[in-house]
Amino acid sequence: MLTMVLKRMMLAVPSLIGVVIVTFLLTRALPGDPAAYFAGPAADKVAVEQIRVKLGLDQPLIVQFGRYVQDLGKGDLGNSLTTGQPVLTEIKNRLPASAELTLLGLFVAMAIAIPLGILAATRPGSLIDHACRVIATAGVSLPVFFLGLILVYVFYYLLGWSPAPLGRLDVFYNPPASITGFYLIDSLLTGQWETFRAAISQLILPAMTLGIFALAPIARMTRASMLAVLSSDFVRTARASGLTPYTVTVTYAFRNAMLPVVTTLGMVFSFLLGANVLVEKVFAWPGIGSYAVEALIASDFAPVQGFVMTMAIMYVALNLLIDILYVLIDPRMRIEA
Amino acid sequence: MKRRDFLKSTAAVAGASVVSGPAILSSAKAQSRQETLLIVSESGPNNIDIHGVGTNVPGYEVSWNCYDRLISHEMKSVNGVPYYDRDKFKMELAEDMNVGPMSATFKLKKNAKFHDGTPVKAQDVKWSLDRAVSVGGFPTFQMGAGSLTKPEQFVVVDDNTVRVDFLRKDRLTIPDLAVIVPAIYNSGLVKKNATEKDPWGLEYTKINSAGSGAYKVSRWTAGTEVVMDRNDDWAGGPLPKVKRVIWRMVPSAGNRRALLERGDADISYDLPNKDFVELKDSGKLSIVSTPYSNGIQYLGMNVTKPPFDNIKVRQAVAYAVPYQKIMDAVLFGLSKPMFGAKPGTPTEVAWPQPHGFNTDIAKAKQLMAEAGYPNGFETTLSFDLGFAGVNEPLCVLVQESLNQIGIKVTINKIPGATWRTELNKKALPLYTNVFSGWLDYPEYFFIWCYHGKNSIFNTMSYQSKELDGYIDGAVTAAAEGDKTAYEKDVKSFVDLSFKDIPRIPLFQPYVNIAMQKNVTGYQYWFHRRLDYRAFEKG
Repeated sequence: MLTMVLKRMMLAVPSLIGVVIVTFLLTRALPGDPAAYFAGPAADKVAVEQIRVKLGLDQPLIVQFGRYVQDLGKGDLGNSLTTGQPVLTEIKNRLPASAELTLLGLFVAMAIAIPLGILAATRPGSLIDHACRVIATAGVSLPVFFLGLILVYVFYYLLGWSPAPLGRLDVFYNPPASITGFYLIDSLLTGQWETFRAAISQLILPAMTLGIFALAPIARMTRASMLAVLSSDFVRTARASGLTPYTVTVTYAFRNAMLPVVTTLGMVFSFLLGANVLVEKVFAWPGIGSYAVEALIASDFAPVQGFVMTMAIMYVALNLLIDILYVLIDPRMRIEA
Repeated sequence: MKRRDFLKSTAAVAGASVVSGPAILSSAKAQSRQETLLIVSESGPNNIDIHGVGTNVPGYEVSWNCYDRLISHEMKSVNGVPYYDRDKFKMELAEDMNVGPMSATFKLKKNAKFHDGTPVKAQDVKWSLDRAVSVGGFPTFQMGAGSLTKPEQFVVVDDNTVRVDFLRKDRLTIPDLAVIVPAIYNSGLVKKNATEKDPWGLEYTKINSAGSGAYKVSRWTAGTEVVMDRNDDWAGGPLPKVKRVIWRMVPSAGNRRALLERGDADISYDLPNKDFVELKDSGKLSIVSTPYSNGIQYLGMNVTKPPFDNIKVRQAVAYAVPYQKIMDAVLFGLSKPMFGAKPGTPTEVAWPQPHGFNTDIAKAKQLMAEAGYPNGFETTLSFDLGFAGVNEPLCVLVQESLNQIGIKVTINKIPGATWRTELNKKALPLYTNVFSGWLDYPEYFFIWCYHGKNSIFNTMSYQSKELDGYIDGAVTAAAEGDKTAYEKDVKSFVDLSFKDIPRIPLFQPYVNIAMQKNVTGYQYWFHRRLDYRAFEKG
């Protein structure tokens, strides 16, 4: 198991080097001149040149790259010009916000999609099967920002059930002491119940938005893989042996159907991180996606590079995690590894 | 972890349920809500020091409220809205200002203290003004606009007295000391945090406020919120009513509007015009609309290259612009028209003022024929996507209208990050843009936008010796106080700019602010940002 983990991590190194080079070149290829942008509307040519020298953008590309790699080695991702903060600090502060939202969104999607998929598979052609199809199609067809706005309009503006869409906490709460960066966990660890409630009530709508968006592939995959498993020999044997339908479906069939579902979950998680950008915009969520988009609009190189790096590392870690999960779920994988 | 354990724990997590309801504010919180102003806007500061490299406009707002200047402006009333008085100064850190022919002397308030308790001394003032003229970039540029360029101009007379020597007679020097840039910094504190590479301590002031202003920044999360608390020892003026200002960034305009309508946010600006009109009609909120001082959105033409080097073509375009349609369909009436002055209306000594062009397609066609383009030509019309809400529909209307006189227009959308670069190349044939000057004087606008010394705001590359003569004449006349000559020159350069029409003024945009009914004390300032010091919550 350990050798497998190490082997996988070694494989990730070349892809990370590639990511460093490609993001560096891509951000330089962006249209726009950061020096002109940051010199402000009133700057003349001299002022723009002064800024360019200050930012080190007057140097040849290869020198800039050398400096970037050198800083990277020291763990320095550079400074963002739009927010004025070091990129590493910003990513450290914002990643938990995005991760908390994405994980909760994924959890919502799983909580709805997996039971729905199983039910649809056990009763193909029934009302619930059609419902599953309709919900999945509707969830994936609605643009995620539109869904977010609709939820805000209904639950905040019309009904007033949900708190103001103002980010992670209502303005009159102070964030809990940062331990994990996840407000839900931190507030529980420090015993601040009121903050926990405030944080979770802010999370419900964005997490629902992400969840509804993400449930389609999970529900479809659960249904398909359950159908395949349910028609296999060992299920027939189990049924013939007189086991209860519950034991057959949940204990035997579902476990065997989980492998493709887990793969899908990995994929869904990664595209949720992308879809996050729009949800973060709608709910004023201080996450990593909105950070990257704002930086991109301003041709602010450092955060874009930092963002892509972080994402690349997360993908590598995620794939690793999925591989490990495979082993835990399916003992046959262990022999192959 | 065993396979079975793993499966069990997943099931346990899946079983955990989530219960919650809307947060209920306790009475202590309701109390603080009453003394807190919650502002929502699209974007926030990237630097809270206006001297910083590339500080954005929201950053100016923090600087304005957390730092003091020697002097500031009195308020007057324009259409019932408190409006800064260009010509009347009030003392802020200075207790007394004495303007001589070639210098001004300021005595500092003895009780003025920085946020950390150190008293404000003349040495701080000198250091701060030196910093403004030395750091380069925008602050130095703005100081230069008032003929403040050299550290030698700022002289410490004694601990409480500073003298500013004039480089030349310039009537913009004193007003330039009341803009945001010449803020006074706690020099001891900033110097302590300066490094060899950063002698002016810009890295420190970027994230820390080191002033004596009415508010101090107590929490700032870039891109999310700025929290400012009142400085109870403020000496610059009467103690502000609002104890705490929370400024949250809410990127979605729809949500900003919802927050206002639900009564959760106190103030919002930068909402789309349509939302402002609807909010105004609903009557639930107070809406204040004030025209940008010394600001205009215009259609610019590059006069160095055909076809727009031909004055007849420019006039034809000026007759083809659908002015009224733009006012109605794009701006929903929330702007001041800058067109259609009746023939024979005397030119005023003021800027902006409307020009005489109206939409007249027949006349435009005739002018096109006279210019030698009876069949028109092809060109591109560029705009800044950063302000697409107004620019995009505006350009579509202009495109449609120019098509009627044979000019085939392709619209060129330029992202915000590249807009300035493209504009500064001065190669765009036709484009729309906004210019507005902090200092509200006609000659100030014309120096930047029309003068032959070709500043970056003369985006048309317009050159006219005659016009330069009028502008220079007005500047000299203003410095010498020759009113008759000044008025004559101002009228002449306005007239000539309308006749030659290298840029077509379209409208004077409005600053739109939406507030809850119980919030009062909004003031219009030349920088168009909020001044928290006058706000009050009923």
